[in-house]
Amino acid sequence: MFLTYTNPVYEYRKTADQSAAQPVHHPLIVVGAGPIGMGAAIDAAVQGLDVLVLDDNNTVSVGSRAVCYSKRALEVLDRLGCAERMIDKGVTWQVGKVFFQDELVHRFDLLPRPGHKIPAFINLQQYYLEEYMVDRMRQLDGLEVRWKNRVTAVVPRDDGAELTVDTPDGEYRLSCDWLIVADGANSDVRSMLGLQSSGKVFEDRFLIADIVMKADFPPERWFNFDPSYHRGQSTLLHKQSDNVWRLDFQLGWDKDPEEEKKPEKVIPRVRAMLGEDVDFELEWASVYTFQCRRMPRFRHGRVIFAGDAAHQVSPFGARGANSGLQDTDNLIWKLRLVMQGRAPERLIDSYCDEREYAADENILNSTRSTDFITPKSKVSRHFRDATLELAKRFDFARRLINSGRLSDTAVLVDSPLNTPDGDAFSSDLVPGSVMDDAPVIGHVGGRAVHWLLEALDARFHLLLFVDEDGLKDEQTREMLRSAQQQPIPLHPVLIGPRPLNDDVFDSLVDTEGLAAARCDARPGTAYLIRPDQHVAARWRRLDPQALSRALARATAQNEE
Amino acid sequence: MHLKTDYNFHDPGQRYFRAYRPGDDFYEALIEAHRDLDDEQSERLNARLILLLCNHIGDLRVLREALDAAREDL
Repeated sequence: MFLTYTNPVYEYRKTADQSAAQPVHHPLIVVGAGPIGMGAAIDAAVQGLDVLVLDDNNTVSVGSRAVCYSKRALEVLDRLGCAERMIDKGVTWQVGKVFFQDELVHRFDLLPRPGHKIPAFINLQQYYLEEYMVDRMRQLDGLEVRWKNRVTAVVPRDDGAELTVDTPDGEYRLSCDWLIVADGANSDVRSMLGLQSSGKVFEDRFLIADIVMKADFPPERWFNFDPSYHRGQSTLLHKQSDNVWRLDFQLGWDKDPEEEKKPEKVIPRVRAMLGEDVDFELEWASVYTFQCRRMPRFRHGRVIFAGDAAHQVSPFGARGANSGLQDTDNLIWKLRLVMQGRAPERLIDSYCDEREYAADENILNSTRSTDFITPKSKVSRHFRDATLELAKRFDFARRLINSGRLSDTAVLVDSPLNTPDGDAFSSDLVPGSVMDDAPVIGHVGGRAVHWLLEALDARFHLLLFVDEDGLKDEQTREMLRSAQQQPIPLHPVLIGPRPLNDDVFDSLVDTEGLAAARCDARPGTAYLIRPDQHVAARWRRLDPQALSRALARATAQNEE
Repeated sequence: MHLKTDYNFHDPGQRYFRAYRPGDDFYEALIEAHRDLDDEQSERLNARLILLLCNHIGDLRVLREALDAAREDL
């Protein structure tokens, strides 16, 4: 029981599947109802797939583990229909400060360029994020969650998997065509299948303490290297909602974790950090170690791993849950096309290619942050401290300070689904990058939209920039009409400086010209955008053959 | 001032999408160069490295400013 939060209890219910003579078949099963499992399930249901979620517990995260949610993760959650409550409840922050031996050496501002719907980061306790996702799951048809259903065995088959599930009423069996495994860093399913996640273990311990205080600290991220109250180590202070603050203390490898999380050990550390006169109550404390590792391959036949089960990072940089939500964003549309028989099964392999690449980038960045924060040798400590000293005076050194490179999206430059640029663009929105947001006004599929990313739902879109006269060319209109009728429909969206009132195609007004500026677009420029809002191809002038080749490539239907 | 003190790490021919990346690539290479060396070997490596880089820069105006900047506060 916490001071500011009471964990909800989700009821276990016995289902007919448990008394069936034969294992009941479900096309898609997700193991784990953490943020990533729920992200997968909600996305599947939003895209019209029936999905069953199995979770061994009956509540949300006990204690807040992940705290910091990135713009991209929130954009994904926004597409899934649950970001608004999170942003309202969370603490929006953008200023970070770095101190070295109590002196401010660097201040950074994460304010994204104006004209983005979603803030750079919010801080929110993980239990709120999960609770809002559970509420969202309950609104969706075709989505069923079974609490207190623990998977105890998985038998992979060529065309799916068979599961044994333990419940308060005993065991039962299920089968599925596809299994998504999102049961966390110590994935039981991974172990059951004899699969490994390998990498590097860091020999250091960290204490996290969540405290409640009504203090006058601003909502900023404060990172302290070698502070006088905690010599030779580092600390972090970060605000969450309900006046809960996250404190993080590097302890060193020799400390006893059970001893260190006792209140009588934690409270003096907090007092030393915040000052004797600050009023606070301890809500939750935990001591952790961490690893940077991943599975060599995220797909094993019909069993697909996502989130921490597939890859794990150190907490510096908030690259855990944020990257896991990008896994399922990447996976679910591919799985839908394959399950509907519209794309070949090898489309799923591109999930591995793309998200393994992203995982490597996240592991690289979080390993580097860890090495900077916890130097392993005398010489690396000298370089670290010299960087911090020089940062007081010189820009270059400030930029080398690595207190966590906060979660950003991997640009999937080498993806086999990309059609490389043939035309010249000055914009960084290369094939493989996430489409940038911009303020717009218009309607898409009868929905009013105010942001470009709101217009891009889980279909393929062709964003075609036009001038104030709209799209007049009959040949292009005919091509776009027929593209809408293909087995994988392409949804055209016209975008221009003025309202178009096109009676066939949806259209947007680029109210501030930011969409065109960010895309380096001129009338005639076209962007082919995947259901996960990644750019697949772009051209200065639309050519029917190039478009159909790019769409085939983006769905793994091209000749190899 | 002849000494560049704004962020200057880059790798010609390499496209970077994140500004911090070339600096972090450098920093990792620097720490990696010291891997498995004892303290004395590390000091010798640093001395050699400084001499190599100073010769590469060559311009004594830059080098004098860098020496002064490094010595300040010690």
